Amino acid sequence: MATGPLTVVETPLVRYVLRRADDALILGHRLSEWCGHAPLMEEEMALANVGLDLIGQARALYTYAAEVEAAGRDEDAYAYLRDVRGYGNLLLLEQPNGDFAATIVRQFLYAAFIDPYWRAMMASSDATLAAIAAKAEKETAYHLRHSAEWIVRLGDGTAESHARAQAALDGLWAFTGEMFAVDEGERGLITAGVAVDPESLRGVWSETVGRVLAEATLARPADGWMQKGGRDGSHSEHLGHLLSDLQYMQRTYPGATW
Amino acid sequence: MSRAPLSDPEALRIEAQRAAAPLAEQLPAEPLREAARRIAGEVTDPEIPVLTIADLGVLRDVRVEAGGVEVEITPTYSGCPAMNMIALEIELALSKAGIAPVTVRTVLSPAWTTDWMTEDGRRKLRDYGIAPPAKAAGRRALFGKDEVACPQCGSTDTAEIAAFGSTSCKSLWRCNTCREPFDYFKCH
Repeated sequence: MATGPLTVVETPLVRYVLRRADDALILGHRLSEWCGHAPLMEEEMALANVGLDLIGQARALYTYAAEVEAAGRDEDAYAYLRDVRGYGNLLLLEQPNGDFAATIVRQFLYAAFIDPYWRAMMASSDATLAAIAAKAEKETAYHLRHSAEWIVRLGDGTAESHARAQAALDGLWAFTGEMFAVDEGERGLITAGVAVDPESLRGVWSETVGRVLAEATLARPADGWMQKGGRDGSHSEHLGHLLSDLQYMQRTYPGATW
Repeated sequence: MSRAPLSDPEALRIEAQRAAAPLAEQLPAEPLREAARRIAGEVTDPEIPVLTIADLGVLRDVRVEAGGVEVEITPTYSGCPAMNMIALEIELALSKAGIAPVTVRTVLSPAWTTDWMTEDGRRKLRDYGIAPPAKAAGRRALFGKDEVACPQCGSTDTAEIAAFGSTSCKSLWRCNTCREPFDYFKCH
């Protein structure tokens, strides 16, 4: 039984699918950390539901990666047996939950991007990715609406909620640039019609974010230097801690089932 | 009759195999396919037990292969935990009817939508106290101001309490006329 980290044979398509799966899994796991801690019963259910949608999307994507890699792995191998450097999620999504405002701001900045992204991916020349996108975009539409409503409620709420939302926004803004970055392998997939160029969604994302922040009376941070590296496995210190929790059981008791 | 606990899939499988009569060997392919489709279609959603997977539109196809059948189902919500249970229940129901081996395959395309729910399914859902999803589940229906009628009293003077409810597929609503809270099966 292998206990060491998994080495994945990464073609551009495998890498592309794993990155999107990692995005969904890591954010889904972050939301699961709210279980039992949310400020309201309704939010407890909402955060868990959003997390469940994301983990479901991650499962479909990992399963497809396994099919494309054709190395006899299953979805669990990618989730449980890769080391930090093997993960290709956005840095934004591994950031700690912080307070409720930080969780909501992180969710909103991502949902405003991934919702139109999956919608555009429904036209992918890859039938499986198009099918996963068709399901995901209905779910992310709910995630966007929910997080946007909270942005307005927090920003246009009390002085305390406004200050916390603004601080979260200022702190997370530098992680938004990575959503639009594309490497050479992904460029090839975009040319082939398999993937969507995220740059083509910058206008939609910017418009959604601008409109909601204005309604929330929150100041949109200036675009300065943007953090990147998550896509290539250079993560913040937070991901290792997250994985030590997520992967604990399979790393300690390889192949454990129940 | 006592039943193996649902938490023990292996025990259930053994129990089903013990009960199995070799129906698969008695019927020609087409009647067998029809029987398998009917039996599989009667499997219910573990979270909304009044709905069968035929009502939901989750059962996509049944094919007869050498000695067994392949059943195709489509997932509802990406993270719906009921899907694993449904796949197992299909296998069990068919085995008990003497149809084995059974392969349950998940197909993603075309993506399931609440528009596939049958009229019968919508009625059963309403009778059970859950408001059925609005029709034409495009993005407009997802966020439109469609009227949601209270499944208790029929009033359309209703309001959403929480967009995320007790399961992935439901939101929590309240009727302003009879004052009862109720679940609404969300558009998807």
